[in-house]
Amino acid sequence: MTARILIVEDETPIRRFLRVALEAEGWLVSEAASAHEGVALAAREVPAAIVLDLGLPDADGITVLKRVREWSSVPVLVLSVRSDEAGKIAALDAGAQDYVTKPFSTGELLARLRGLLRDRASEGGAARLELGPLAIDAKDHRASLDGQDLKLTRKEFDLLWLLASHAGRLVTQEMLLKAIWGPAHAEDSQYLRVYIRHLRAKLGDDAADPRWIFTEPGVGYRLAER
Amino acid sequence: MPEPRRPEPEALLPEARRENRGRLKVFLGAAPGVGKTYAMLEAARSRLAAGQHVLVGVAETHGRAETEALLRDLTVLPRRRVLHGGRILQEMDVDALIAARPDIALIDELAHSNLSGGRHDKRWQDVEDVLAAGIDVYTTLNVQHVETLNDTVARITGVRVRETVPDRVLEMADQIELIDLPPDELIERLRAGKVYVQDQAARAVANFFAKGNLTALRELAMRTAADRVDAQLQEHMAANAIEGPWPTQERILVLLPEGAAGRDAIRIGKRSADRARTEWFVLALTSLRAEEAARREASDTPGAALRLAERLGADNSVLQVEGDAAAEVLDFARRLNIRRIILPRPPARNRLARLIPTAHERLANGLTRMATEYELTLVGDDGRPARHRRSAPAPALPQILRLAAVVVATVAGVSLIAAAADRLIPVLSLSLIYMTAVVAVASRFGLWPSVATAGLSFLAYNFLFTPPRFTLTIWDQGQFLTLVLFLVASILTGNLAARLRGRVIAQRAIADRTRKLYDFSRKAAAAAGFDDVVWAAVSHVATVLEAESILLVPDGNGQLAIAGAFPPEDRLAPREMSAARYAYEHGEPAGRGSATLPASRWLFLPLGQAERRIGTLGIAHEDGREPDPGDRRLLEALADQVALALERIRLSEDLAQTRVASEAERLRTALLSSVSHDLRTPLVSILGAAGGLDQPGLDETGRDILIDTIREEGERLDRYIQNLLDMTRLGHGALRLNLSPSDLRELVGAARHRLRGPLKGHPVEVLVPEDMAPAAIDPILIEQVLVNILDNARKYSGPGTPIRVTARSEGDHAVLAIEDEGPGLPPGSAALAFDMFWRAGQGDGGQVGTGLGLAICKGIVEAHGGTIAAEPVHPDGRGTRIVMTLPFAASERPA
Repeated sequence: MTARILIVEDETPIRRFLRVALEAEGWLVSEAASAHEGVALAAREVPAAIVLDLGLPDADGITVLKRVREWSSVPVLVLSVRSDEAGKIAALDAGAQDYVTKPFSTGELLARLRGLLRDRASEGGAARLELGPLAIDAKDHRASLDGQDLKLTRKEFDLLWLLASHAGRLVTQEMLLKAIWGPAHAEDSQYLRVYIRHLRAKLGDDAADPRWIFTEPGVGYRLAER
Repeated sequence: MPEPRRPEPEALLPEARRENRGRLKVFLGAAPGVGKTYAMLEAARSRLAAGQHVLVGVAETHGRAETEALLRDLTVLPRRRVLHGGRILQEMDVDALIAARPDIALIDELAHSNLSGGRHDKRWQDVEDVLAAGIDVYTTLNVQHVETLNDTVARITGVRVRETVPDRVLEMADQIELIDLPPDELIERLRAGKVYVQDQAARAVANFFAKGNLTALRELAMRTAADRVDAQLQEHMAANAIEGPWPTQERILVLLPEGAAGRDAIRIGKRSADRARTEWFVLALTSLRAEEAARREASDTPGAALRLAERLGADNSVLQVEGDAAAEVLDFARRLNIRRIILPRPPARNRLARLIPTAHERLANGLTRMATEYELTLVGDDGRPARHRRSAPAPALPQILRLAAVVVATVAGVSLIAAAADRLIPVLSLSLIYMTAVVAVASRFGLWPSVATAGLSFLAYNFLFTPPRFTLTIWDQGQFLTLVLFLVASILTGNLAARLRGRVIAQRAIADRTRKLYDFSRKAAAAAGFDDVVWAAVSHVATVLEAESILLVPDGNGQLAIAGAFPPEDRLAPREMSAARYAYEHGEPAGRGSATLPASRWLFLPLGQAERRIGTLGIAHEDGREPDPGDRRLLEALADQVALALERIRLSEDLAQTRVASEAERLRTALLSSVSHDLRTPLVSILGAAGGLDQPGLDETGRDILIDTIREEGERLDRYIQNLLDMTRLGHGALRLNLSPSDLRELVGAARHRLRGPLKGHPVEVLVPEDMAPAAIDPILIEQVLVNILDNARKYSGPGTPIRVTARSEGDHAVLAIEDEGPGLPPGSAALAFDMFWRAGQGDGGQVGTGLGLAICKGIVEAHGGTIAAEPVHPDGRGTRIVMTLPFAASERPA
């Protein structure tokens, strides 16, 4: 079945080139030019993913997101502008899965969308993930890089698993902390920094020139997709 | 020689001054009943017929039918109702009159005294306001009300009128119309009951209207009118450069010695100055002692005299002298080019009393001796200041008793000591012990207690020690002489010691006053802004004068508003407000203790000179008393300082504002050129490349190049715009730091990732310790800083050259440095690099960019409390190193 992507964006040129790019990728495309229309189409056409602009003429993109979240957990990719850091974080809090910053390259956007759709496909709970040379087995808690076993602690493994199961996608600090250390530690970012550093060391990755774990300053991390 | 004669500038002044003022016409009469009001109304009617707007402010018809008939066609302004002494009385409504803006206002009885609570005490002051508002005024006046003629009239008629009008009001008149009526006719009118005379005893009236009196008054009135004509002629001649026998400028100085009422001297000074047509000055002398006394006795001696002088048009000064008054006065006189000095004659005293001269006598003697080049005139004084005491609680009785007790106790104690020493030293030397006591008392309690001590000591010594003992008789002639010498020596030394004490007290008071002034200027100098100076002023004035203080300055609409008060106050009653406004607009003191609106609780002083008037400073005492002369002088000195301080701060604020404005102007120009040039360049590449894409025959490689160009230039455009946005955010203070502990190495990685395209081909070496403590920063903003610096490093160094990023801990902050191997900054431009729109190698050879990148970095880093600087990497100036410090997160600081 071909996935349908809903684009909620008021700028016609952006909608136009997104449609060309998405259809070239083999997806079906619906377009909405306003928040009102976007909510209606999200309900009527049941898209596989939504590309949502935060700045809409009739209402805030966040409002659309909240309305949609009332009945659907469809993945939402937010288009934000760089100076609007607060809006981006508010969107993630309101249930958006990821964001790209305008202006963005089409390749970057397609990669994010693919990540979102695959994530959805694997929601059933795969036991084993393979990302190029990196293989992770959830059943017996083992991970290997280039066939070499990585000696990971329990928490490091959980961290890697969580990042890998969202490979190519942003995972917020809050989400990582809640999932691994529990809701009480949602603010304790220093734990996370230490474990990320360890994990990078074991993956042979460098924070200053990352190949595996990319930092989204102030927001979270993203594991490279292979 | 004959140079074309030009009008004397000073002579043009009165004419120019009249330009915007209304014109004053005075209907002058010799006595009541000559028909001034009638004449005024007739004149007004003819103006009305000529189409002018005539408004009757006030006209006293005294019920005379023919006069009332004249009023019929004229518009009469409703009177203001005033509650006075439990009765409702009516007064002219000056405010309504000015608001109505007629061409001509009729204001009868210029000499009238207003009921309290109005704008002014006197109607002539109201008239001045009306004239100042540009309205012509017709008014009436009897000659006996003219200030300087008041005495003459009193001498002629034996009736003194209390209501007087300063001569200068008459001088101000553009026209004087003499209403003349032969005495016989006036007496006839009086008999016929046609003359209304206000509640005066019939006898006095009869005296007043005696034919001889009336003839004299008539002559006086005629002479006054004629004088005026003469004066106008002279002014006209001077203004038109007509040569004439000009009197030389022999200025006149009236001296008011301490304690002299001096009203006669002032009047004589005025008359002399008028005759000589010259300027005159009144100088009141005072000393701290006199001021203290004035304060104690609540007398207002120099104040009352100076107010009189002010009304008569003199320039007033008060001079505080503690030493040789005559020398100081002569110094003052020399500076003002005075030729003639008028001084009240010292009151006659008996020969003995004159042995100790008063300050007044010393001054008169000193001037007689020293003022050889001046004409010195001694005139009679009309009264001792004691007459003007409002209350005279004199030296309090308990005070005298206390001093007497001190004197008796001292003499008794000294006698005991002398008795004890009797065996040891000769009897004659015992007097020295007494003398010591006299000096001690003098230095502690002043002259009179020391004299009393000397006298009592004399008796005690005589009684107790000189043979025959225990009698007041003296056998030995030598001993008698000793005793007399003792008494004289005691009094002399006591006098000296007391004087010394006075000096010390005076010095201390002067030092105290100087300190108070100095304190304020220090406070004002430390104040950073206008409001701070205002606050320093009101709090200082309030503390120093032990009064409430308030400062008003005009607001944006030119309306006076309270700028500060101590204790804080945000409103003033309308009456106080009009006093403040008067002081501000007229540049004269107004309110309590002044000639204008004295019923006000506050006294307001103007701040600053005419064109640069800043506002007004007011004080009020809680008990409602008037500020005494000493306080008032201190207040004036403080007001000057406050005005200076406010002006200084206002100027520097203006200057800063101008600087900001011109800086903003420069930035706007730079921004425009940046936007038009730097933002367009990438667009040219993008449009060009996009156009090239549909060229037929474009091969795969060519297509890729064009697409890369579009992408790269688009990204560059994005960075420019981001920079502009960031700058705007920084500039508007809209930058909010979202601090969170962040790993610098991670941020360097994120920045590199974002710049991965442009950085292609530049090896980046990152020497940031992996385990470095996190910094307390806004990661998103610092990432932007790193992007900007890395991008600069790339732009300004050759392709393939390395870029090095290092970091180390230094105390509570991290030091992060980014180095390139480019040509380096031009010498001397390391500091400029962070200025907005500055670019290395500006011009054609320069790199494209908005020149905003580093300015943004500086803004962001400094917002974090960090520093940022540029320096060369190599000693020969090559390479650029940008060094910044960023604070560590407090809880995670490395040990």
